Order: sequence, then C-alpha cells, then structure tokens
Amino acid sequence: MSAEKRAPLTRAPAHPSVQAPARATQAPSPLGANPELEHLSKLYRQMLLIRRVEEESARGYAEGKIGGFLHLYIGQEAVGVGAIASLRPDDYVITTYRDHGIALAKGMSPRALLAELFGKVTGCSRGLGGSMHMFDKEHHMLGGYGIVGGHIPIAAGVAFASKYRGDGRVTLCFFGEGAVSIGGFHEGLGLAALWKLPIVFICENNEYAMGTPISRSMSVEDVSLKALGYGMDRDRFFADDVLEVERRIGEAVQRAREQGTPTLVEVRTYRFRGHSMSDPAKYRTQAELEEHKNRDPLARARRRLVESGLGEPGDPRLDDLEKSVEAEVADAVKFAHESPEPGLDVLEQSTYSGPFAY
Amino acid sequence: MIEEMDRDDRVFLMGEEVGHYQGAYKVSEGMLEKFGPKRVIDTPIAEAGFAGVGIGAAIVGLRPIIEFMTWNFSAVAFDQILNNAAKMRQMSGGQLECPIVFRGPNASARQVGSQHSHAMEHIYAHVPGLKVVAPAFPADAKGLLKAAVRDDNPVLVMESETLYGFKGDVPEGEHVVALGKAQIVRAGKDITIAAYARTTHVALEAAATLERAGVSAEVVDLRSLRPLDDNTLVASVERTHRLVVVHEGWPYGGVGAEIADRVQRLAFDALDGPILRVTTLDVPMPYSAKLELACMPQPDRVVATVLRALGREQS
Repeated sequence: MSAEKRAPLTRAPAHPSVQAPARATQAPSPLGANPELEHLSKLYRQMLLIRRVEEESARGYAEGKIGGFLHLYIGQEAVGVGAIASLRPDDYVITTYRDHGIALAKGMSPRALLAELFGKVTGCSRGLGGSMHMFDKEHHMLGGYGIVGGHIPIAAGVAFASKYRGDGRVTLCFFGEGAVSIGGFHEGLGLAALWKLPIVFICENNEYAMGTPISRSMSVEDVSLKALGYGMDRDRFFADDVLEVERRIGEAVQRAREQGTPTLVEVRTYRFRGHSMSDPAKYRTQAELEEHKNRDPLARARRRLVESGLGEPGDPRLDDLEKSVEAEVADAVKFAHESPEPGLDVLEQSTYSGPFAY
Repeated sequence: MIEEMDRDDRVFLMGEEVGHYQGAYKVSEGMLEKFGPKRVIDTPIAEAGFAGVGIGAAIVGLRPIIEFMTWNFSAVAFDQILNNAAKMRQMSGGQLECPIVFRGPNASARQVGSQHSHAMEHIYAHVPGLKVVAPAFPADAKGLLKAAVRDDNPVLVMESETLYGFKGDVPEGEHVVALGKAQIVRAGKDITIAAYARTTHVALEAAATLERAGVSAEVVDLRSLRPLDDNTLVASVERTHRLVVVHEGWPYGGVGAEIADRVQRLAFDALDGPILRVTTLDVPMPYSAKLELACMPQPDRVVATVLRALGREQS
C-alpha cells in the first residue's frame, strides 16, 4: 500500500507538443499515420463537443427550452474526457448532477443528451430525468445523481458487483469537492477500501461547493488526504492537460484492474460558469476567472494540435474536425427541438418493472 | 434465503452481523458456513454505505438481500432507499432495474424505547417505486421473501421483531406467495378487521374474544402493503359492511389512513358505519412496560373499537 504516494499537488509541465514521427512529417497526412496525434485530436474533439453542447444548453435554458437546474461542465472538460479515455468501453462510470460532459465522454450521443434536456421522449431517460440524470446503459454510463454524495456508495456497489463476478471491469466515480463532507463519501470510500474494490474515486475539485470556497468548507485544503484514513492510494494534480489526466487516472485504473484496489484522485479544475444557470458567481473575482480561462485545457489541447502541424495553412484537418463538431451539435439541437414530448403513458410504466404497485 | 441463494448465484446477503455472528436475531444462522464470505457479507455500521452498495450491485445485475439489523436503522439509509432504489428505474427512463430486497425486524420490540420501536412500513409504503410486505406467519415469511427476491423492483420486507419466536408450519421447497395478495385468516360476517404482521395475531385474539360476545369478526391479513390488495378488502367489507384497521405505527397518514380512503371510495355503499383505526398512540414509544403496552395496539383496544364500530359501546 503506497498511501503516501503522490502527496504534493503537481501541475503538468508545459507539455512538449505532440511530435509527428519522421514518417508522417509530410503534412497533410491522415491522422491515422500518427497515433499520438490522432489520439489527442480525438480527445480534443470530445472536449470541444462537450463545450459546444454546454453552450447550446445554456442557450436553450436562456430561451426557456430547458427547465429546472442546469449545471454546466464548461472548464472541466479535460477531467471527464481524460479520465474516461483511460477506460475500456465496458468499464462503468457514475457521477453527480454535473453530468453532461461525463455522459458525452462515455459515449452518449449529443442527440440523446440535448433531447433529455429539452424534456423530450427521445432523450436518454425519455424526458423523465433531465439535466441531473443522464443514464446510458448501452455505454455503461450509470447516471448522474442529484443528491450530493449519494451515488458514491452506489459506485462502490457497482465495483462490488465487478469483483463478485470477476468481470475485470473498473468503475470511475466522479464527484465535486463539496461531496467530501457528506457521509456517503466516507461510507463509500470506507467500504471500497475494506473490501478492496476495483474503483477510482475522482474528486473534481473546482474550488467552489456552489458558492462556498473549499477554505470555508474543509479543515484541510488537500482533499486527497481523506484517502489516508482508509488506507487508500491517492493522487492529486491539475487538469490543465487532458493527456496528463488520462495518464494519471490511467495509473489508478490499472491498479484497480490488476490489484483490485481503490484510489482517491483529487483533480484540480475550475468551472468557468456559475454553479448552475441561476448563479452569477459573484463570490469570485473576474481576475480569478480570467486566470483560469488562460489555462483552459481545451485551448491548450488545440494549441498543441496546431503546434504539431494540424491547422497549418493548407491543412484542413483541424478545420474539418471543428466543423464536424458544429454539424453534430447543430443536428442534435435540431433533433431535440423537433422531438415529441413524452406521453402520460410513460409515467406508470417507468416507475415499476411489471404492473404498477398501488 | 438459503433456497433462493441455492437457486440463483446472483443473490447474496449483506448486513451487520449476518455472517460470523450468524445474524443479530440468528436469521442467517449457518449461512456463512454454507455460502462463504463472498455471498454472506458482514458490514461495518454504515447503513447508508451498504444500502448504496446493494443498489449499485443491483443496477448492474446482481440481486442483493440487504439486512438492516432493525428497520429503525434504515433511517440513516433513507436517502439511498428514497432517492436511489425507488427512483432508479424512473430517472433512467426505464433503462436500469433495481432488483433488491431490504429486510429486517420492524416495529415494537418490547421496551427498547422510542428510537428502536418504529413501524417504518408507513414511511416506505408512501413511496412509488418501492414494494412493501409484512408477513404475519412463518409460511408467508418464506413465501413473500422468495417472491421479493425474484421481483425486479426494490422490495422491503418488514419482519415483526416480536414474531421471530412465533412457530408455524412452513411448506418445504418451492413456496412463493405473490406480492399484493391479502388472505382471510378468519371468516366472519359482522365486521372486517384488517391487519398485518404482528397485529394480525392481535386481531385474531380480539376476534376470539368478540365471538364470545356474539360478534362474528372477519380478519384480513394484508401481507402486502404496496401493492395493496383492494379486491380482498372490498369483497370482505361488502359482506360485513364495517371495517376496523389495526396496525402498529402512528395514525397520521399511515397505512390505515390509506385503507380508509380506498374502502370509502370503492365500497361506500356497502359501509354501514365509519371506518375506525387501532394504531400505536400518536406519541414516541415510551420505555415503561406499562406505558408501552398502553401505546401499542392490544386485543382489548381492538375489541372496544369493534364494538364502537358496531354501535355496541362497552359498558
């Protein structure tokens, strides 16, 4: 047990640009000729897709097409995308109400997501869940949950089932630093450590639990310290670089898969928008926000792709990629807009399996 | 539980003291030895944690039996049952099932005070997405549990703590009692007494006393509270024209209130008088043996209430 491993908070070094290997220097070349570049462009595309879907979500909310709560993932895309990139397709993911980006990263279609937000029957949860309940069984996306910390024991249970069956799957459980103070976090981590479950707990520390900074909600500044009391491995780093997120979460995923032990990973991130659409985020300064926006992982990934030769004059690859994202988002918005609302018949049949129990 | 675990290797038992201690009430005696620690799992004192673990295991295809040492302790796991088990199917748009059984002893347990005497079925029966059963007899305890384990929804089995020592015939092997079916455990013509779990026995005792007073009481053992068997209840009231409901737990908004609403709606013309209830008194359960007995539904209070319903006040 290397519980003391990786205590210091590290920021990824300015990453060397993804170098095209010698055989692929004659741009433009198909991305497939350079696996690393292709991989980064794939992650960049996922992050951009999330950013754009979230911007359309904000627009839909402003236009009154989306009701209730809406918690955007803008600024945090590298966490979900990087972490899920380290998984096998059949691994499980479960998260909180800030779940749009995680669901898209796990494979949910923008159509299913936006239709859910628009309250349409074509949504992932047939318009019954809304923003906070993104479920996609086919992609092993086991939902967004609205009660802070309540999903953490469930995640442990999913990992328990993997161990029970010996299916070799790993569960990723995302939550914010606001969840660290509630009992579900401690009971979930305690049981996962006690029973040696194949799970990675990822605390997306965006510095604010709604409007309360971590300095006013926790007695220690280092969330990963919470792992020590459970004898659990831990890690802690900034999410500036999506590839670094993938690598670091990947270490914990490998440990879960091969040794069957859990890890608590604190990933420092930042949301560019308020807690939800009704939050103007007056508890932080414009200068603080601008400083974080300058480190935007999405822009960083794009810069690296440009430095690596994509987007050179005459090279349409980056432009094509971005246009394809725009087209996919536009299609999803149109689909969501045009889809029908659910009928009343959906209510009883979705409450129970089999006849309604009255 | 043993038969269901033999039948289906997705079924496991998890809870405090279920393994090495053989169950706080010896319900799981011998199970650890038979199935091993993989399927009979002792937990730390963390109801919210292991209730959530059960739900997580259920949504990916296992069929957990989660034991609460008593249902009182489910209060700290209430969020898991209310917000996750009951909502999983709905909030996933029907994608995820949650086939899980929560079980344990419920309601009064003789002088254990206010925090350990709750009748929690009223609270849980309120929640769409859950099923709630409360057996009164050993055969039904087996049959309802089997049905619960095989059901694809969360089912809560309320075992009366004070009935663990009650003996009765239990059919061997495959004996499944469908959820949502009440049974008439004593036929009568003057009044229907609806009860469940421990109070079924209270009602039977009261009915025997009433018979000596010339009153023929029919006793309906509900067995299942959600779904609730309207048909059996209404058919009985159509024969007897009067109804008294007996249950532990407080009167405000409880199962008895629900039954009163249904029967007055569904059998209004059959009723010859108001539906009356005999419940635990509307106060936290006291420790004093004398006060506790006074608070709990007792046969004499049932008898008095039946006579009042019949317009035959006791002198």
